[in-house]
Amino acid sequence: MDRSKFVEKVKPHESGFFSRGSHTIGHLDIELTERCDNNCIHCSINIPENSPEQKRELNTSEWKRVIKEAADLGVMKIRFTGGEPLLREDFSDLYMFTRRLGIKVIIFTNARKITEKISKMLSEFPPMEKLEVSVYGMSRESYEKISRVPGSYEEFHSGIDLLLKSNIPFVVKGILLSDNISEKEEFESWASTLPWMDQPPSYSSNFELRERRDSNSKNRMIDSLRNTPDDPIGIYSENRKLTKSKIEFMTKFIGPPGPELFSCGAGQSGSVDAYGFIHPCLTLKADEYSYDLKTGTIKEAVFEFFPKKLNTKATNPEYLKKCSKCFLKGLCLQCPSRAWSESGTFDSPVEYLCNVAHKEAQDLGLLKGDEKGWEVTDWKKRIKKLEEKGNDRDR
Amino acid sequence: MTEIDKNLKYRLTENVVSRDIEGEIIIVPLTAGIGDSEDELFSLNETGKAVWGYLDGTNSVQEIIDLLGKKYESDKNEITDDVTGFLKELLSRNMIEAV
Ligand code: SF4
Repeated sequence: MDRSKFVEKVKPHESGFFSRGSHTIGHLDIELTERCDNNCIHCSINIPENSPEQKRELNTSEWKRVIKEAADLGVMKIRFTGGEPLLREDFSDLYMFTRRLGIKVIIFTNARKITEKISKMLSEFPPMEKLEVSVYGMSRESYEKISRVPGSYEEFHSGIDLLLKSNIPFVVKGILLSDNISEKEEFESWASTLPWMDQPPSYSSNFELRERRDSNSKNRMIDSLRNTPDDPIGIYSENRKLTKSKIEFMTKFIGPPGPELFSCGAGQSGSVDAYGFIHPCLTLKADEYSYDLKTGTIKEAVFEFFPKKLNTKATNPEYLKKCSKCFLKGLCLQCPSRAWSESGTFDSPVEYLCNVAHKEAQDLGLLKGDEKGWEVTDWKKRIKKLEEKGNDRDR
Repeated sequence: MTEIDKNLKYRLTENVVSRDIEGEIIIVPLTAGIGDSEDELFSLNETGKAVWGYLDGTNSVQEIIDLLGKKYESDKNEITDDVTGFLKELLSRNMIEAV
């Protein structure tokens, strides 16, 4: 018998017990509801709290079946997101069910519905992952200009206070818009006082259009938050923060992708929406790529349906001329999901993201003047130069 | 460290959940204060795995040692040391309790 350490601490992502090529998956995203108690101006998914769509949401036992199957497939971590996941009345029940199956939980929330009861549960039965709390502003005025719900700032604050009081680990994420950009410093210095923030907060809006292509007026509003073509980066670059390590990471993946549409890891696990459909990623909601878990299983979706579907190659001549030959692909955020929410097709360049990527590439010295990413042939040399420069700008 | 009474029967506490993932036993804390950090999981070595299945409160420690002795045909003293060492570690982490 092995007489070394009997019980050893492990980090699941380091231990390699998911990567044995067999039928296991490491994590699953679950959008418990698309309803939200905020009505943020930039949001790409939310529907009203009392929307009739609530009737279509999976019920408690249907969710438990999904979560149980996830556990059987080896899932170690589930992210509950939304909408606002705490709007589900059965949230505590689903949370405890998940934790009792030995699954760690990440909760994405605006913290407004963190009550005494919820914080007591989270402190007695810790999620084992930090909660992620979105912050829309440091003052009532700026917060509610974005959330568009009177009283939401107060509730957010009381949620944060409860988390702090109960010592429940959480991190905060910002979103920078013209209504709150002047508070950036204040936000970052407040964030640095939170005990679990071991690095500066990230920012999460890339001004994506509606994931379900469900509202032209909301799309117009999101579009209006984006910057003008003369300054296509502006606030976007604050939200995205191209740090040195991100640039290092990006240069590994940069290069023309060819006609394959999905080179991003989508479908290795999945994201289950409020109505029981599993999608290859959190934002790709098109019917073509969704699999109904009310009649099928996660296993069928991840190991049979996704691999077949995600083999798709681009046919759109514009995509084949531009994106498939564009070396900025590792920098640019164009992807089938964003292409679909913008244009309804999976293989089209996204003008806004294209402008942003070109501007960023110019800033990084990867493009000269009006050059286009798909025209450059000596891109390997340029990337090498960028790596050598050990880019030290701190944006 | 607490001594192990070989006449006692032990079972898992409700502080942890154990999972078998591809033959690997992973112990996941359920209640606060089991791990040292918020995301800590535990895995078992071969001795741990061999003993783990018996920790349902039906066999005494001595019975577990006897059963493993038959199964592995190795030195009884060695098995005794391994089993008690393992149980001590679990006890100190609040992962098992005597029934
Ligand atoms: S920069 Fe433009 S052409 Fe290049 S991948 Fe992005 S959208 Fe396509």
